[in-house]
Amino acid sequence: MQAVIVVAIVTTIVFILIHIAPGDPFGSAMDNPNVTEALRARWRAMYGLDRPLLEQYLLYLRNVARGDFGWSFSMHRPVIDVLKEALPNTLVLAGTALVLGFTGGIGLAVIQAMRPGSRTDRTLGAGSMFFYAMPDFWLALMMMMIFAYWIPLFPVAGALDPVMHEYMTPLTALADRLKHLALPAVTLALLTGAAVARYQRVELLRVLPDDFVRTARAKGVSERRIMLIHVLRNALIPTISLLGLSLPALFTGAVFIERVFAWPGMGWVVLNAVGTRDYPLVTAGVIIAAATVTLGSLMADMLYAVADPRIRGR
Amino acid sequence: MDVDISPSTRWTRHIARHAGVATGVLAVIAIVALLAPVLAPYDPIAQPDIIGLKNMAPSLSHPFGTDSFSRDVLSRCMYGARISLSVATLATAITVTFGTLYGAIAGYLGGAVDAVLMRVVDAALAIPRVLLLIAILALWNGLPLWLLVVVLGATGWFGISRMVRAQVLSIKELDFVAAARAVGATGPRILLRHILPNVLPTIIVAATLGIGHVIILEAGLSYLGLGVQPPSASWGSIIQDGADQIGTAWWVSLFPGLLIVTTAIACNGLGDALRATFDPRESVVTMAELDA
Repeated sequence: MQAVIVVAIVTTIVFILIHIAPGDPFGSAMDNPNVTEALRARWRAMYGLDRPLLEQYLLYLRNVARGDFGWSFSMHRPVIDVLKEALPNTLVLAGTALVLGFTGGIGLAVIQAMRPGSRTDRTLGAGSMFFYAMPDFWLALMMMMIFAYWIPLFPVAGALDPVMHEYMTPLTALADRLKHLALPAVTLALLTGAAVARYQRVELLRVLPDDFVRTARAKGVSERRIMLIHVLRNALIPTISLLGLSLPALFTGAVFIERVFAWPGMGWVVLNAVGTRDYPLVTAGVIIAAATVTLGSLMADMLYAVADPRIRGR
Repeated sequence: MDVDISPSTRWTRHIARHAGVATGVLAVIAIVALLAPVLAPYDPIAQPDIIGLKNMAPSLSHPFGTDSFSRDVLSRCMYGARISLSVATLATAITVTFGTLYGAIAGYLGGAVDAVLMRVVDAALAIPRVLLLIAILALWNGLPLWLLVVVLGATGWFGISRMVRAQVLSIKELDFVAAARAVGATGPRILLRHILPNVLPTIIVAATLGIGHVIILEAGLSYLGLGVQPPSASWGSIIQDGADQIGTAWWVSLFPGLLIVTTAIACNGLGDALRATFDPRESVVTMAELDA
């Protein structure tokens, strides 16, 4: 329910933005001297722009609720079809990065927390600080520079080979897709992993002084087992909420990385729409992104309750 | 041994020990930005020889190389620092001022006002800030610099307002607030003179981290062509200049990016040290708290 309210408010903000923005929804066509005033009026009537603002607003809300985001001027197709095609690509990219980033980040944190203050800890800490403070698009450019130009291991852009992909066997086609996915996904994973490692290390160190750790140590449990079984299990619970919190960053990171690598996901589509002034597509992208983020945080909250029995009772 | 020193001296010492390097780096970058007209070896927008001098690799005469318009990248980075730093600082000032007032009013008044104000913040936090900015800057194409600052400031205060509200909620229950009320202090006076000074540490930490964050944010928008408009150039705009030739003229994008990373790390380091100074229990910071 809260999620529905949030999406409704987001939609309202977007509606207000569109209406106070300069320019006519028909763009330059309105300045054309050959377009008569009668024709303009007919256009406005056709798109419902002559009705009272409140009615337009309610209509907009209803359409958004139905998944009707209007017509994309630049793609000459319904907005929802364009986004439906792009969303899976973004989910593949963000999903891969999420898994790689969280496993990698948690792994690093465990290594760091085994010997806090050691040289390994400090080196890895400096490394994660470095990636944590990096603009997404710049890291993407640097990855491209190194691994696509200097050492040409991976393709520069796109989601698949534009010419050869259709002639490939299923197996080489899959390899082709993975090769194209590698650089964007690793870039996003590095950025996610750096944040996770910083956070997880602190959580591990917070659990370490607990009594049950001392008990395990007294029983003669090995340090590695204590860290992996006893400490990590407890320190992972706050990480679940980080999962929800990191979704906006993951989403926006994907936007920039898709732009750099021409990965045909939501971010790429929406940024191209910015270039062609295709407002229905831009605004729909924002609304869907907000809805996805809200849904993600909700799922993280639910996961949190599953993982932590102390919350379940409440 | 407990030497009697004032809290401010103690804080200065703690920060000097834990963030001396970060503070030094920030100071150097700020001084170079201020003195850019004196220090820059070339005119940042002059195109001396667009054929003979374009895309020159780094050398002694052009330490950061030249871009595709034969402009000196080092000079552009020095002038870019002025834009990047001032945009980030001013936008953060707006963010912090507005977020503090909003959160303080919500927390102090409580009840229905608080509920309504905070639901707005909840909704705003659900929109990824970059996407909201992209939508706004796409609708109002080519905003002048001061409006870009206002828009950046206006979209970043939600996280701070939530933090300030939480603190005000707990502080207003303390005895000294009741005492102030008992001697007849008015609401605004209690809020400004008694409660807000106690929230100041949070605000300072948030501002330090916010500046580093906004530098990255503005760079991203300028990279997309939506932020700083030419002929002005921030570090992000310079990266954008080199993005299309990353395979050949890599130096154009590499150096401004390194400057962004350095500045952001320094801001994070200083922010972490400040937080550790003010509140030793909470020594880690996640950006997510500040800005979703």
